Amino acid sequence: MSVEQNQVPITYLKPARGLAALNLRDLWEYRELVYFLTWRDLKVRYKQTLLGFTWVILQPVINMVVFTILFGELLSVPTDGIPYPIFSFAALLPWTYFAGSLTRSSTTLVGSANLISKVYFPRMVIPISGVLSGFVDFAIAFIILVIMMLVYRIIPTWNLLLLPLFLFLAMLTALGFGLWLSALNVRFRDINHLVPFIIEIWKYATPVIYGSALIPEKFRFILGLNPLTGVVEGFRWAILGEKYVRSFNPGTLFIISIAITFIVLISGIVFFRNTERTFADII
Amino acid sequence: MTDIAIHVENISKKYIIGQLQERQDTLRDLLVSTFRQPFARKKNQENRVLWALRDISFDIQRGSVVGIVGRNGAGKSTLLKVLSRVTEPTSGIGEIRGRVGSLLEVGTGFHPELTGRENIFLNGAILGMKRIEIEKKFDEIVEFSEVARFIDTPVKRYSSGMYLRLAFAVAAHLEPDILVVDEVLAVGDAEFQRKCLGKMSDVAEQGRTVLFVSHNMSAILRLTSETLVLEKGEMVMRAPSSEAVDYYLSSGFAETGERYWEEAEGPPSAAPFRPLALRIRNGQGIVMDTVRSVEDMSIEFEYQLSAPISGLRIGYYLMSTRGEYVFTTFDTDEPTLFEKHTLRPAGRYISRCKIPADTFNEGRFVVGVNASSYRIQRFFQDERALTFNVDPAGAPGMQWSEQRLGPLRPRLDWQIEVI
Repeated sequence: MSVEQNQVPITYLKPARGLAALNLRDLWEYRELVYFLTWRDLKVRYKQTLLGFTWVILQPVINMVVFTILFGELLSVPTDGIPYPIFSFAALLPWTYFAGSLTRSSTTLVGSANLISKVYFPRMVIPISGVLSGFVDFAIAFIILVIMMLVYRIIPTWNLLLLPLFLFLAMLTALGFGLWLSALNVRFRDINHLVPFIIEIWKYATPVIYGSALIPEKFRFILGLNPLTGVVEGFRWAILGEKYVRSFNPGTLFIISIAITFIVLISGIVFFRNTERTFADII
Repeated sequence: MTDIAIHVENISKKYIIGQLQERQDTLRDLLVSTFRQPFARKKNQENRVLWALRDISFDIQRGSVVGIVGRNGAGKSTLLKVLSRVTEPTSGIGEIRGRVGSLLEVGTGFHPELTGRENIFLNGAILGMKRIEIEKKFDEIVEFSEVARFIDTPVKRYSSGMYLRLAFAVAAHLEPDILVVDEVLAVGDAEFQRKCLGKMSDVAEQGRTVLFVSHNMSAILRLTSETLVLEKGEMVMRAPSSEAVDYYLSSGFAETGERYWEEAEGPPSAAPFRPLALRIRNGQGIVMDTVRSVEDMSIEFEYQLSAPISGLRIGYYLMSTRGEYVFTTFDTDEPTLFEKHTLRPAGRYISRCKIPADTFNEGRFVVGVNASSYRIQRFFQDERALTFNVDPAGAPGMQWSEQRLGPLRPRLDWQIEVI
């Protein structure tokens, strides 16, 4: 959409050929829709549930308890001397956010089929609001983390200031994969079945229940290929500070993670933009 | 500054039936289709092409109200979708000057769990309104919708009439430069329809351009000055509305108590089920869109099965034009019929249901049709397949000219006793 001198926007209709212009400006025009969809998602998510927002806390807490019994106590996963509950919770926090965001962003597009076939708006607002609405859940679960830090007498360090950066990385990763999966989902509903599976496997490929120290040093870069390694270990590093330095080398591991995230994100945007033109016809 | 609001040139839109994607000219698509081969259907089915629009060209002046008529499947909705950018044309170009607001279906994006107030904001944003705009018009929208008392109630508790009024109210306050309206008047009571039409002519008087699709010829005549007639994806006529409506009504494709589905119209997902026709027959067995309330009437649905279906049931949903359900009935409701038709072999069928005299009150009714196997698969559904009128001459209570409330007007056995 371009604006003429006389302020009347002119829209050109033409068949899609070649690489579509990314047209991110159009997305900016619709930023309020992103806001409203995110807000709707939050409003509706726990409506007519008995426990309401308690679910946000229960999910990572129950996971933490199970992991602590299984991996902390029974299998004694090495944690650099950090109590296992907080060791795992610091990782579960971003992981839960990521898993929820990825699920929402890759499946809600198809769920909005009637919207897409009736009204024009940049389709990308749907996966974007999918990753944004997870922030509120994250903020609530974060309170539990603060309580745990008090219980385990963990003194926050300056590292904590970098926490938003790691969260942002988790968001971009979820969005990047979410764009790919949601666009594919329009054509192949297999994705709906695949997503829970991907997340399950991904969880074990990410040092959530274990630390990357468990992996021999020379293979550790392989972990770095998974952007969530950077996120999760970054969280531990930011929250646990000096106590947690041995296995996390923010340098190389993190740079690989960031690079991978951006490759997925940019290719995801291009792929999404190029397929969204036909969404209304095939959804 | 030019005075053309919409300019389209040779717009065509192609759908390929039985094939998911529209084009196959990129490496990605090629890979995708190769990948899909094992699941692909028969070759001959795959390449059936449907031109939903073919070489449509026209200019529309700013500030004019233009109607679009044509029977189902003529391409009206596709044209509106192309103009509102929901879908892209296969070929041809177009230029739209100004913000387009589309009313392709009222209530799009309403969330049942949210309150009326929340839905106004959400729906407004979906239709492209800015938050400040919505806030400014909020009171006006609520007043127009007449649901002020329930504005903080979740819309899932609304009656369908309330829901519709609220949805239209939001859309009506959109104030776009070009308003695209598709069949919003098919439901809603007479008074509300008047209100909607009034709102639309206001929009036109403010110098905005309106494109209006409808099956309601009197609305087309009242509202529009000029009308396009579409037939099988082509524009066969553009003329002053009275002329265009005459042509449309006399050319025999207006719906008069009968609705056909072209082969291409039935969604591919319906296979092996294929709808053929739905008809209203009056007491003499003649296909009519008006029946007398004192005579029997029947509704018949003709369809074809290309493979046997087990547990198939054909259902009719009768609705008033306010959108309230009057009743639902299925062809295998009767246990004996249910037992007899557990499996329907491939073939052509008619499911006919006789509705006894003295059932309906005066007014217009909507028939929806559904074909499904209970809890297994829904093959076909059209909630607004056909409408018919009921003429009350001779109905009970006609000695009083007052309007009877309610969609039914049964002849009941009254007794008056002196005790």
